[in-house]
Amino acid sequence: MNPAISARNLSKCYRLGVIGRKTLADEVRYWWLKFNGHDPYTYFSKIGQTIPKTQMVEAEREGQKRFWALKDVSFDVQPGEVVGIIGRNGAGKSMLLKILTRITEPTLGEATIYGRVASLLEVGTGFHPELTGRENIYMNGTILGMKKREIDAKFDEILDFSELEQFVDTPVKRYSSGMYVRLAFAVAAHLEPEILLIDEVLAVGDEQFQKKCLGKMESVGRAGRTVLFVSHQMSAITQLCNRAILLSHGQVIKDGKTQEVIDHYLEKASTHNKDGFMASENSSTNMYIERIQTLNADGTAMFNFSHNEPIIISVQCKINRWMDKTVLGFYVCDQRGRKVFTCNNPLWGRIDSQSRWIHSSVKIPANFLAAGRYFFTFTISIPYIEVVDSVSDAVAIVITDAGSDHLSAVNRGHDHGCVFANCEWNIRAIY
Amino acid sequence: MKQTVVDRYKPLYKTVIRANQPWLRIPWKEIAEYRDLLLLLVKRDLTALYKQTILGPLWFIVQPLVSAIVFTVIFGKVAKVSTDGVPHMIFYMCGTVPWNYFQGCMTQGANSLVGNAYLLSKVYFPRLIIPLSGLFTNFAHFLLNLLMFFSFFVYYFFFTNAVLKPNLFLLLFPLLIFQCALIGLGVGLWVAALTTKYQDLRFALPFLTQVWMYATPVVYPASLIVSPSYRLLLWCNPMSFVVECSRWMFTGSGTVTTASVIISVGMTLFLLVSGLLIFNKVQRTFVDTI
Repeated sequence: MNPAISARNLSKCYRLGVIGRKTLADEVRYWWLKFNGHDPYTYFSKIGQTIPKTQMVEAEREGQKRFWALKDVSFDVQPGEVVGIIGRNGAGKSMLLKILTRITEPTLGEATIYGRVASLLEVGTGFHPELTGRENIYMNGTILGMKKREIDAKFDEILDFSELEQFVDTPVKRYSSGMYVRLAFAVAAHLEPEILLIDEVLAVGDEQFQKKCLGKMESVGRAGRTVLFVSHQMSAITQLCNRAILLSHGQVIKDGKTQEVIDHYLEKASTHNKDGFMASENSSTNMYIERIQTLNADGTAMFNFSHNEPIIISVQCKINRWMDKTVLGFYVCDQRGRKVFTCNNPLWGRIDSQSRWIHSSVKIPANFLAAGRYFFTFTISIPYIEVVDSVSDAVAIVITDAGSDHLSAVNRGHDHGCVFANCEWNIRAIY
Repeated sequence: MKQTVVDRYKPLYKTVIRANQPWLRIPWKEIAEYRDLLLLLVKRDLTALYKQTILGPLWFIVQPLVSAIVFTVIFGKVAKVSTDGVPHMIFYMCGTVPWNYFQGCMTQGANSLVGNAYLLSKVYFPRLIIPLSGLFTNFAHFLLNLLMFFSFFVYYFFFTNAVLKPNLFLLLFPLLIFQCALIGLGVGLWVAALTTKYQDLRFALPFLTQVWMYATPVVYPASLIVSPSYRLLLWCNPMSFVVECSRWMFTGSGTVTTASVIISVGMTLFLLVSGLLIFNKVQRTFVDTI
């Protein structure tokens, strides 16, 4: 039987210099430089690119004129499989989806897809603010490849799922963002393709609705449909997928059982750099995270801690241009991708906006995290508005248990969760 | 259980994704599959346009009416450009009605890639749908224009002693309008393809369209141009033929020669086919460079 998706040596290459010529004026300048014997690439490769900054810098440093966003990616997906695609930002996950959905073409290689494909790279693609909920259901549905007939048949079901019956004839510009997402997802959830390609779309919407969507997607998988799912949420991947593919720098690093691949990914993240996280040099973004290190109480950089010592994380941010209302924060995930806690820096806003670097450190108290491996994601953002810089799984630490209660004879061998809670018991006996 | 699911799975579709597909492969079958989307896009454009406007569809009557009046005043009364004895309003409207349709089709076509870049980088559907939907949306506007033109025409024909000699070729008018749409589509596709690389073309377009309009006998009759070489140049612009021919069909005055028919149809086909090919080539990777 044919596989649902069969990718052979898919590669996508960017020629760095060429992208820069966006206007006729640039074109003239390019030929002028060339005519005068200059190397036009040195000028043009600095113009804004579609490539993620980190990779571009890397390619530039190596003196390359081209950059491979994907290189020789090959895999087969059998019908009915639910496959997760993981990797760091800029590893090529989204590019892979863009090629499989035919938004763009590969430079080399070939992919064959057997079956009707629907893709979901964003919720609410093609929504028009002036149109009503009803009109947008049709608009969005047909853009995603449904026939009008199919939408007619499922209309009530979609409306029911979205829980927006009474607003169906209101223009969506009057919707709250939550309602907007619910409507959009309701349409997407009722697509019935044989193959579904999904990018990180679950990151939006309230938690309850997210669960509903995950449930719906799981049932999609069970119905024998093939799903390719890109996500940063390891928990969602673990929950939904029976197989995962790890991409790094545009190449397939590992392909196999979900848990194995996730372990490999997280492990790799921790050994990524012996000194903690370092940004690839000189980015021109307004603010970015330059360096992250985990230190022990003596100030020595290390990754292995015992549960009863504090962990100090030092973060250095480069400020090219100060942006108001930004906040530095981080969250911690355990090795299964569950989020343990989130922490924002309340002092950040009081900093002198003239400074060129901001150095902050945060202390995670001793006797807080239980044994295990933890991953820290750092973000500079303007809350609810913009993510300025984000480094996912930037540093990883391992905590070993140096004799806590969890190791006692009664408790050994169970999963006790991620944190030690210092709860107070009260006990009395009644006769 | 799993087995039955797999048995039921009989894919009808097969998609091959690879680099550098032949230029000539235009996905007509796929476009037919997406016809519901085409209709909805037309409906969306029309409804979104008229919601929250006071005059609604009337805008498409007011606008050409005003431009015909302006032409009458400036070119007819002030500059005294000849209209070959045809009443001014009728003369200009014969030109502006097809010209506006052409311009609408072209502008929407030209904007189809860059203007929808965000949408097109998030979802795939045959991109040709967008310029095609422009033909239909603008056709609705064209019909309104035509209606207004007809009412003027009826007035001048029956209630004034103006010399208007419509001929039987008028029955071919729909064909002429079809040609007009194809020219608009062809040029629009070219511009769409070029704007993905040179974005400044977007700003030049309204200006270039205006220049083109004055190069087309909209405000003056083709008979004004006597030199044979300029004549040839005039017919190389396929819109010249459309405008002159529509004028001739309605009023009996206008220059339509066999040569002009052949050149203009030839140019139309050339623009259309080359436009389709270049658009089809560019649309496959344009999201990378936008």
